[in-house]
Amino acid sequence: MNQPAITKNKSKSPATATAKSVAMSVSDPTWVRWLLIGTTIGFMALLLLLPLGVIFWEALRRGAKVYVAALTERNALNAIKMTLLAAIIAVPLNTLFGLAAAWATTKYQYRGKSLLISLIDLPFAVSPIIAGLMYVLVFGLQGWLGPFLNSYGIQVIFAVPGVVLATLFVTFPFVARELIPLMQEQGSEEEWAAISLGASGWQTFWRVTLPNIKWGVLYGVLLCNARAMGEFGAVSVVSSNIRGRTNTIPLQIDALYNEYNTAAAFALASILAFLGVVTLCAKSLLEYRIESSRRRVNHSKEAETES
Amino acid sequence: MSVEIRNVNKTFGSYVALKNIQLNIETGELVALLGPSGSGKTTLLRIIAGMESPDPQRELNGDSDSATEPKVLFFGDDVASMSVGQRRVGFVFQHYALFKHMTVFENIAFGLRVQPRSTRPPKSEIQDRVHRLLNLIQLDGFGNRFPMQLSGGQRQRVALARALAIEPRVLLLDEPFGALDAKVRQSLREWLRRLHDELHTTTILVTHDQEEALEVSDRVVVMNQAAIEQVGTPEDVFHHPASEFVMDFLGAVNVFHGRFADSGLPANSDSTRIPDSTRIYVRPHEMRIERSRQSPDSIPAIIERINRAGVQGKVLLQSGTLGPIRVDIPLDQLDALDLKTGESVFVVPMNTRSFTSDYSI
Amino acid sequence: MRAKRSKTKSLPGFGITFGFTLFYLALIVLIPMAALFWKSLSMDFKEFLATLANPRVQASFRLTFGASLVAAVVNLIFGAIAAWSLTRYQFPGKGLLNALVDLPFAMPTAVSGIALMTIFSPTGLLGSWLFPLGIKTSISPLGVVIALVFIGFPFVVRTLQPAIEDLDREAEMAAASLGASRWQTFYRVTVPSLLPAAVTGFTLAFARALGEYGSVVFIAGNLPMKTEIASLLIISRIDENDIAGASAVAMVLLVLTLVILLLIQGVQWLANRRTGRETG
Repeated sequence: MNQPAITKNKSKSPATATAKSVAMSVSDPTWVRWLLIGTTIGFMALLLLLPLGVIFWEALRRGAKVYVAALTERNALNAIKMTLLAAIIAVPLNTLFGLAAAWATTKYQYRGKSLLISLIDLPFAVSPIIAGLMYVLVFGLQGWLGPFLNSYGIQVIFAVPGVVLATLFVTFPFVARELIPLMQEQGSEEEWAAISLGASGWQTFWRVTLPNIKWGVLYGVLLCNARAMGEFGAVSVVSSNIRGRTNTIPLQIDALYNEYNTAAAFALASILAFLGVVTLCAKSLLEYRIESSRRRVNHSKEAETES
Repeated sequence: MSVEIRNVNKTFGSYVALKNIQLNIETGELVALLGPSGSGKTTLLRIIAGMESPDPQRELNGDSDSATEPKVLFFGDDVASMSVGQRRVGFVFQHYALFKHMTVFENIAFGLRVQPRSTRPPKSEIQDRVHRLLNLIQLDGFGNRFPMQLSGGQRQRVALARALAIEPRVLLLDEPFGALDAKVRQSLREWLRRLHDELHTTTILVTHDQEEALEVSDRVVVMNQAAIEQVGTPEDVFHHPASEFVMDFLGAVNVFHGRFADSGLPANSDSTRIPDSTRIYVRPHEMRIERSRQSPDSIPAIIERINRAGVQGKVLLQSGTLGPIRVDIPLDQLDALDLKTGESVFVVPMNTRSFTSDYSI
Repeated sequence: MRAKRSKTKSLPGFGITFGFTLFYLALIVLIPMAALFWKSLSMDFKEFLATLANPRVQASFRLTFGASLVAAVVNLIFGAIAAWSLTRYQFPGKGLLNALVDLPFAMPTAVSGIALMTIFSPTGLLGSWLFPLGIKTSISPLGVVIALVFIGFPFVVRTLQPAIEDLDREAEMAAASLGASRWQTFYRVTVPSLLPAAVTGFTLAFARALGEYGSVVFIAGNLPMKTEIASLLIISRIDENDIAGASAVAMVLLVLTLVILLLIQGVQWLANRRTGRETG
């Protein structure tokens, strides 16, 4: 109905001029464009790229020999072992939790669900130092359980279990937070279809749900692992300063740096920085995968209404 | 009797989804649950499937009366305590719910492969059955494709084959053609009917499309506001609607309210004793247009618009006392009459139905 | 029979997943958190106030809040520019830059901390240029701000990017077709619709900065009364075995962070309601 009216209006003024001015006023002038792009590149180069470069430069500038020696030193090896141990415990546990939490919060309706989701996100809002302090308050010698456990010779704070617990806390929401929105979006129809075809709950989970969320799980695991290996604040509260016993890589970096042993500190830092870069690359790749599979789904949904 | 539904009520919080539903479905029948969105048809289907459970019976004085106990029976057995999987229903979802990461073959074989080892058919038999089903849905050679690579209509047929693979006792289809466009819908509809005539699986189909329900089913259950309005053959519900709602929902109607002293309406009823609250319903194709008044039932009206695009011509008229009237007449008659917009003519209802609101009786 | 009948039909697995979720949540998060609340609440209120009235505590709060606020403002400005450029424009190296935004998330804070210190120390790559000009980029409040800018940057960019992508280009075109200039279109149509995301990004960066530790401690120098942030003060108190003092400072910091985060949830909720979007 309105169609003819619009064309009539347009034909009064030269149509091309109108179109051009409209196009111009939704795209930015070239100088603005280059100013903004230039600012972005400059700011990010200075703030992000430069520190990244400095780490590898400082790690390697005294030569490969010093670098290798710093990494194979006994305390360094112990720190690497400790970091791996914390990650090997924290990542699978939090992944398991993420899967359970996502299932419990996306497949059912009940009161208090959004509160539960907020509580799952809570560790992100807590400063790592405060997280460490909380564990001191529970397991420390003046804490709730500390004296009791101590009487059985179990030490949590200033020992390995404390480091693991602090790591569990700071990496707690990563997988869950990735999966909850993903599974929310996917809905439960495929699960219902599987159940109606006679599949059991486990069969449905393994054969239908998991294949659909595998990239999301991987993404969450990746972020969880990066944080588990890199956590500094929380573990520094609960670990002792006795070298080689509970030092993770970040704690060892701290110790070396404070002793002005920058070459060794940066050598260890370069491992974590490398891990960070790998994580970033994998993350971009996964995001691309998740995005393209989502687009494929949306695209096919459109196609079926059109075809 | 395949499926019996007794005294089923369902509420979600304060929202009433189903009110005292009683329904019997014969073995081998194709029944359509027809109604607007929110009428409770999908909830009823999900209760039959076992994805929802009916509200428990309200107890009076601590006694429960078995006559009013909610029940869903499959072939005489109470299935209340059975899970979805145990009921052996083939459920087809509106958006197919195909397993995206599995091929067409794997999708169809799924229900057979997840069976416990003791009842699972051997590999070769699964292979055979899937191929037979692929042939049935006319998708031979598509077994290795993924759902993404299929069109909407093909996907819906795969979903149907997947449901049929477990040899369901009842086939339940939830708006199966809802996401498809008109052309594909039409051909799938005809195909579904042929398939049903071949297999005779008891089938319940939920739809909001009256044309689909009337065309494909043996019986139609018209639902409105959580209750069943009418159950009958397509012919029955179309020609003998039990309520205003059914009349209104199944095709276009003209509605005339209140008194119509000069209008001549209604044709087939006693015009002297019509209360204000009565509404007269006339279908557009059950009216005639005349140049001169030839019967006392004629309604004077002015032609507003004539639309010849379609199987029938649509004439929109304006009557002073009754408001707008729509009349559908065959194109050849329209040509013979040679009507002009603005012309004064007479409209003659040939078949009317009157309904009086309950409260005025 | 009756029990079976009234059982709601739902997908299997609720008991085990819900049970495990609650159990694990309580064990790892809720019980330790309760310990902190318990400790703070069991303190004598006067004692609690006295702890907070300590000048060293006050100085650390001033620094933490001041530096976090300044850093969040800097991030809002540069983060918005970066988000806009990375979403709207095409230029070489864009993909790389876009991936780089998350570097502060992916990089362990201690590693970032020593890197920043190395760059901004008086003998560092940039510090050696800036110190002679009288700009003290480390062992100073400015150093704290630099570290907090680093750590907060991704929050602003990553919340603004989807909002810019979702911008209704048709609304911009409509404004333009009604005769608005590019600038008018920008501040009358574009800016108001980006505001909720900008507020969210700003607040997330601010909240993160309040609790940041690793990237700050090296560059800050940790001089009591001058460059000691609240997180560091908590650690000092723990080292001095003054657990009560540590808890009081932690409690204030935690409650403030939670209140800020609750506020942005409220802002988001309001914004979503106004634009009729579904609340997530």
